[in-house]
Order: sequence, then structure tokens, then C-alpha cells
Amino acid sequence: MGNIDGAYLVLSALLFAIGGAGLLVRRNPLVQIMCIELMLNAVNLTFVTFGRMLNSITGQVVVFFVLVVAAAEVVVGLGIVVAVARRRPGATSDDISLLRG
Amino acid sequence: METAIFVVCAAICLSGGLGVVFSRNPVHSALSLVATLFGIAVLFLNLNAQLLAAVQVIVYTGAIVVLIVFVLMLLGVDREEDLDTEPLVGQRQLALVFAVVVVGVLLALFTFGGREVVTGQRQAATSPDAISATESNIAQLGGELFTDWVFALEVTAGLLTIAVVGAVLLSRRPDRPQPIPEPESMADQGDEPLLRSGEGE
Repeated sequence: MGNIDGAYLVLSALLFAIGGAGLLVRRNPLVQIMCIELMLNAVNLTFVTFGRMLNSITGQVVVFFVLVVAAAEVVVGLGIVVAVARRRPGATSDDISLLRG
Repeated sequence: METAIFVVCAAICLSGGLGVVFSRNPVHSALSLVATLFGIAVLFLNLNAQLLAAVQVIVYTGAIVVLIVFVLMLLGVDREEDLDTEPLVGQRQLALVFAVVVVGVLLALFTFGGREVVTGQRQAATSPDAISATESNIAQLGGELFTDWVFALEVTAGLLTIAVVGAVLLSRRPDRPQPIPEPESMADQGDEPLLRSGEGE
């Protein structure tokens, strides 16, 4: 354990910001899902780093649950994307308002 | 050694992340995402989280990215996207401001708040769930999952089931010929032979 823990935290902050900016900028819903994955991974890295800083296994346990939630989120998100793209091919995230009915 | 690995993986992760955001082709975005996830898996190894590194490679690059690429090919959206036009005025600038603010706030927190503020540590580090030097990572993680976190684990199983059912419902083709009367006609088919046999007697 050294000062390199701070570097891990800085890296995950940068990754989180990149993912967030991409989520706000891109219009392709699939790329937006990828940006969400990027943000979740940045948070995972933070959890594992905290686990090492605090000498606790709980950080790694929480990462496990984040992984499961990410998998569920991707499955449902891709289902929505496919459902919208079937009605309107080439749909962007603006077309998600189709879900209203 | 750890620092050298960290520098290499951090470069891979950051370039991959920028590639996800700035690629015109969504397939290139997906491949950049693989690079980032792989770099994070190596960083997990660096942080002595061996099980999580394996799960990261299997679940993320083996399942999630493959799923995303499948949908990408299914929808046929593997064409270039026009990134030059900006549909909303000021969207990029605002997103850049958001990113800079997030990084700035977090860096200020890391720099000025000490270790206690960052990690929220209140007591001494000798907790019952401390990372043991003798037990392997997977054994300790499994033991923790099935004792202290067993309720969360069960809820997770429910969540996965709900996600699967939701995905099936969402991606079912709605324009199937007469999807709704199908059960009734099947019920009629089941009833009619009985009625006919009753009439015959």
C-alpha cells in the first residue's frame, strides 16, 4: 500500500467523467449504454481501491453486486433499444419517447 | 513494478474510454470498450482482487460486450455517425463543463480532504472482514457473500430473473398475425371435440 492508491482514484474519476460526458453527448443509444458501462467500471475500480485502502473485503463484495446490476441493466436496455429500433430504424435516443405509446 | 503496470493500464483505459466517446463507428466504440474493460481487469489483479479480474473478463468482455455487438449487428447500425452536426445548441460545451466539474470536484476532494474524508474511515482498520493474508481471495469473497451478504445475493437472483423476463417481453415481435386471440382459439380447439362427442352420444 502506497501513495499509488490516489492514482487509482484519479484514474477512476477521469473514466467516470469521460463516460458521463459521452452519455450526454452521443445520440446512439448503444453508445450511450457503453458509456454507462464505462461509468460503472470506474466506480468498480474505486470500490476495489477503497477496499485495499481500508483493508476490507467488502469493497470487492459490492463490486460483485454492481456487476450483476450492470448485466441486468444491459439486458433490459438492449431490449428497449431493439423494440424502439424495430418501429423506427436508425432511431436515436430522442426517439425513446415512442415508448409513451 | 505495480506503478509500471498501473501506468500502462491507465493509458489503455483512458485511450479506450476516449475511443468509446469519439468513435464515429459504434463497432469501434465497442472495441475501445473492450480495451478499457481489459485494462481495468489488469488493474484489479494489481489490487489483489484476482476473482474480480476473472469475472470482469468473463462477464464484461465475454458477455456484455458480445451482447452489445450482437444487437449492433442485428440492427444494422454499423454505419458511420455524423458527429459534426450538433442537434442541441451548447450540448457539447455543457457536457465538457460537466466532465471538468466532476473531475475537479473529485480531485479537490482527493487533494484537500485527507484519507479519512475520502474513504469514510471512522475506526481502526482491524475489522472482522479484513483482507486475510492466509485465505485465498476467492475463498474469502465466497465466504463473505454467503454469510453477511446472503440476502443481497438472493435479491440479486430475483433481479436477474426479472431482467430476463423483461427482456423477453420487450423484444417480442408485436406485429405477429393476431397475437391476442391465439389462446382463445386454442381453448376452443380443446373444447370442441368434447362437445361433438357429447352431441354424438
